[in-house]
This record gives sequence, structure tokens and C-alpha cells, in this order.
Amino acid sequence: MSVVDQAKAAEEFMEDQTHEQHLDKLLWMLRVRRDEAARRVPEWEQLRDLASEIKEHTLSNLAHYLEMFESRAKANGVIVHWAQDAHEHNEIVYKILSDRGVDMLAKSKSMLTEECETTRFLENRGIRVAETDLGERIQQLDDQPPSHIVGPSWHKTPQDVAAVFARAYGSDKENADPAYLAGVMRANTRPIIVEAKAGMTGANFAVAETGAIVTVTNEGNADLVANVPKLRICSVGLEKIVPKTEHLAVFIRLLTRSATGYSITQYTSHFRAPRQGGEMHVILVDNGRSSRLGMEKFWPSLKCIRCAACMNTCPVYRRSGGLSYGSTYMGPIGIILMPTFDARRYSELPFSSTLNGSCTNVCPVKINIHEQIYAWREVMEEKGQIQLAKKVAMIAAGEVLSNPKLYRIAAASADPSLSILPRFAIYNRLNAWGKHREIPQPGKETFHDWYRKNRSQAGSKESQQ
Amino acid sequence: MNIRDVILESVRKHQPPPRKLPEVSLFHSLQEVDRKALFTASLRELAGEVVAEAPADFAEFLRTRFPAAKTICSAVPEYAGNSKPDDFTEWEAAGEIDVTIVRSPLGIAETGSVLLSEEEFRVNTIGFLAHDIVILLDPADIVENLHDAYTHPHFQNKAYSLLMSGPSGSADIGGVSVHPAQGVMTLTVIFWPRSIQH
Repeated sequence: MSVVDQAKAAEEFMEDQTHEQHLDKLLWMLRVRRDEAARRVPEWEQLRDLASEIKEHTLSNLAHYLEMFESRAKANGVIVHWAQDAHEHNEIVYKILSDRGVDMLAKSKSMLTEECETTRFLENRGIRVAETDLGERIQQLDDQPPSHIVGPSWHKTPQDVAAVFARAYGSDKENADPAYLAGVMRANTRPIIVEAKAGMTGANFAVAETGAIVTVTNEGNADLVANVPKLRICSVGLEKIVPKTEHLAVFIRLLTRSATGYSITQYTSHFRAPRQGGEMHVILVDNGRSSRLGMEKFWPSLKCIRCAACMNTCPVYRRSGGLSYGSTYMGPIGIILMPTFDARRYSELPFSSTLNGSCTNVCPVKINIHEQIYAWREVMEEKGQIQLAKKVAMIAAGEVLSNPKLYRIAAASADPSLSILPRFAIYNRLNAWGKHREIPQPGKETFHDWYRKNRSQAGSKESQQ
Repeated sequence: MNIRDVILESVRKHQPPPRKLPEVSLFHSLQEVDRKALFTASLRELAGEVVAEAPADFAEFLRTRFPAAKTICSAVPEYAGNSKPDDFTEWEAAGEIDVTIVRSPLGIAETGSVLLSEEEFRVNTIGFLAHDIVILLDPADIVENLHDAYTHPHFQNKAYSLLMSGPSGSADIGGVSVHPAQGVMTLTVIFWPRSIQH
């Protein structure tokens, strides 16, 4: 498969300023709400430390906790499966369903099943799959993958959703009121859930000491698909394990506040055993996770609890939309996860970042995201995956930025140049900063000049050198 | 070697050197917390409502609040309703219920959540296929935060434990939570001590 060109896809998204502004505004609102929610919890930073340490402990003892989870779940009457990769996972799901004559599956949101492309696999084999999460359903009806791991259709305006629902359900295409659209979804989805003979969910957490699966939703759709049909399948990435129930408190307190600024979702659900008269299957999926565990610089990415705070704060993500990443996981966390799946295909993603570090600052489990992005750039350089133009530009920038004299000459000459150069010399295809935005007016003097004038002691010291 | 063992061997081979598991404290506030007030405010943020006292005439309360309700499913001894959870042996049939009444053994002030399990529901689907839900909660059962809540035995021994924190909603269109979604349309918690019988 060809290399994903995120920058090019982002340009297409940005052509239509309505969507760019809509997404930027929405995600920044979530980021602001996240900050307010964090400020209201005095022990916020302690919780982040604890979450990071609990995850690091678990990942460093993962085999032990996986075995514990398996034995407790089995003792609870759950059937546990193991899958090495996406294909094995999908085959297990298909076998469970086809052996029981199921032709309709109601599904709640699961990034793991997106990663495994489970829906396409099942539909190609004659099993209908209905997404029951509102955002996922919008994307499914519009034949698009999720663009955000918490709000799969957040890149769409309410008017876009009204158009999708009008096409699929015959609802009023002029009515873009979110409450009306949510009502249309309810009216069309509940009959599917009641009709389905099997339900499928992902997992936010899996508790080793009890064998419980934990899901977190606002809509209650995971509870419906797990409780209404008698057959329930749950796909769990290996990294979702936490040791004990008491540890859930740390993660639940951080998760929703980081994602949307609310203190919790409406439904935080713990499934320890099958429902009365029912059958519950858990599939523990590796799909590259155990190898990632051995990557010295990158294994901490497995701490991720999928809150998407890093996406909401990222200036590149907010303006380019999640679909531009051409990948299951997008934004800062996607940039560091996707190259572990395919280093060539996703070789350009680590460059879709300003490295401002905001993603690391908001991460509730303290993943050093921006450092890993930088480390992936180094890996791409070593693997020879960097395009020549980018390489030349980086070498030039490296020379200038590592040489104070050269830097001062460049900074001093750039500002006057910007003032006198004609527009065609500034706004052309060689200047990516000039695309879609005006270059700011240059200051009258450089910071260095100002500092020398206003801080005479420092200036004199410097002149002595 | 079977797939399970292949995966576990790969995990063992790659997992980083062991790190210590930290102790987690209960993070109780240094100041006295008005749990009823905090619970009420927290639940309101997620569009749930709190009735501060048990109504003197509960039947009248229900008639006023849910005038169109025909099927009232009661899972509590305080009120009979006109159906019981056990009437819905086919769990998907719980969609006929207009109002479900259930008692929660635990409330969480920090988040406005109530704990429910198969012990309280008996038929789990009455909690989300019903149109509306009314939850009785003894204020003495409200704990300060999630750390306290997760010490409840339900999480160790129930098949299904749910922390419910408002009516079902969705923020998938525009990022702001709207109602309805797939579950109940409204959620009302009544502060109702266990000792009071009507």
C-alpha cells in the first residue's frame, strides 16, 4: 500500500473552511472543558502519576495478569479466546456467530474492531453488522471510518449528519438539531438491537483480579448489546488489563474528564459473567501489541486509555481532521501507534506534528507522546523513509538552528525581507506556512536585539565573549 | 504450541523490567463534604434529576411526573407498580415498560452515579429499555468518591455492575451531550431512606 500523505489529505479538508473551523472550535471547547475539570480535582496530577505507574507495572508483568484474567473469567463462566492478529480475531468472531446461525450483529464502538476491520470481514461473509453508537452509525451510513476515537463523526457538522440521516432514514434533511437527530437514531437503532441475535462490544478495561470487562459509554448502547441478545462477544486488546478493581477508580476519574470535561459518562459498566441464560465470549487480541512491548522507546504508548485528549489539543489534528491520517488511530497517539503496524505506509505521519508537547501535557497516563513522535522521525531517517525535499530542508534548518551566529543573521534578515518581498515570492508552493494563512507582520527588531538593548549586563557579557 | 501460549511467550519475551505497583489512597477531601448536595449537583450536570425527599403520595408523584405512563415496573418493596421485573422473562420485552422503579445500594457524590446490578434489576434490561427510570437512594448510602465506590462488594461478586450517571445521552453531534440516546429518556433519583414505607 502507498505511503499515507497526511498533509495532502489535510489540505483537501481545509479547502472547505466550514469544516476546519467547525472541528477546531468543537475540539478546543473540549480541551478547555478538560482543563476546567482537571482544575476541580485537587489530586489531578497525583492521579496522572498513579495511572502511569499502574499501567507501567501491569505492562511489565503483563503475562502474569493476562493469565490471572483468563483464569478468573473462565471461573465466572466466560469463554476466553486468544488471537494473534486481526485475521485470527475475525475468524473467531465469524465462527462463534456462524456456528449459532447468527446473521445480524449489533455492535457498540470498539477501536480494536476498527483496527481488525471486523465489520467488513463479517459483511463479506453474509453477516449484517449494525453500529449502535451514534457517531459510529453516522460514519457507517456514510461509508467512512471513524475520524476521532471518542467522537467518530465530529468532523461532520450537524447539517452533514442531517443529510446522512435523510438519505438513510428519510428524516428531515433541513433539521440539524442534534436532539432531533439523536431521536432519529434512537427510533431506528433500538429495533435493530432487539432483533439482533448477538451483541459485540470492545473494552475500556479488563480487571485481572475479577475477570471483569469494563465499558464506558454515554448512550448505554454497550449495555444494550451486551444484555439484550443472549450471545455476547467482547474484543479486548492485551494492553487493556488493570490489576485490581480499586485501580479502576484512578482511570475512571481521569478518562471522561480528559475526553470531554464531564466527570464521568452516563454508563460505566462492569461485566464479570454472562447474563442469565446467556453466553459471553472474550477475545484477547495481540495484533502487534506484544512486539510493541519490546520496543524500548515506544512501549509506553501501550499505556493509552483512548481518551483522545491529545487529539483535542493538537493544532495539526484540530485543523486537518482525523480522516486525513488515513489510519485507524489518528492525531498524536495515532502518529506513534500506526508506524508499529506498518512503518513504510505510515512513515510520513510522525511529521504531522509541531512537537509543541501539548499532547504529552494533557495525557492522563503520562505518555511522552511528543518525544516518541521525535523518536519515530529518527527511526524513519534510519530506515531511509524520509522524502528528499524534507531531508534537505531539515539539514538546512539543522545547520541554522545549531549555529547561533547563523541563526541571528537568518532571523535579522528574514523580517525585513518579509516586509519588502512581493506576495508571489512569499506565498508559493515552497512555503508551507503561507498556505491557507497570512504570514504575520514581522516585528521591528529581533528578540536578541531587544534583549541586548534592554538587559545591558547580559549584553555587555555577551560582547565580551 | 497453541496460540495462547505463543502470545504469552511473546509477551514474556518482550515485557519491560518489572515496575512497582503503587498504593492508591482514598483521596478523601480534607474539608467536610456535603454528599447530598454534591451528588445532586454532579447528577444535574449529566441531566439527571434529584428529588430531595420521598413523596408523601408516591402514586400521585408518578402520575404527575409521567402522565402518559401505562406500564410501571417496580423492583422495590416500597411501591407495587403494575408489573414486576420477572414479568419480562424475554429480556427484550422490557421495551414495553414506561417507568422502571429500582433501589440503588450506593450513590457517589463526586459523579452523581448510582450503582445497580442484577440483584437490583433482576432483569437487567428494565434499566435501559424502559422509557424512564426512577431510582430510590438512601442518602446514607452516598459515598464521597469513586475510590470509596469501588470497595463495594458488587464489583467482586455480581455478573453485571453498572454505575449509572444520568439518562442516556450522546455528544457525538457537536460535542455537547443531548438526549435521548439508546437508553432511558429521563433518570430521577429520590432520596428515600430504607426505613420509610408508604
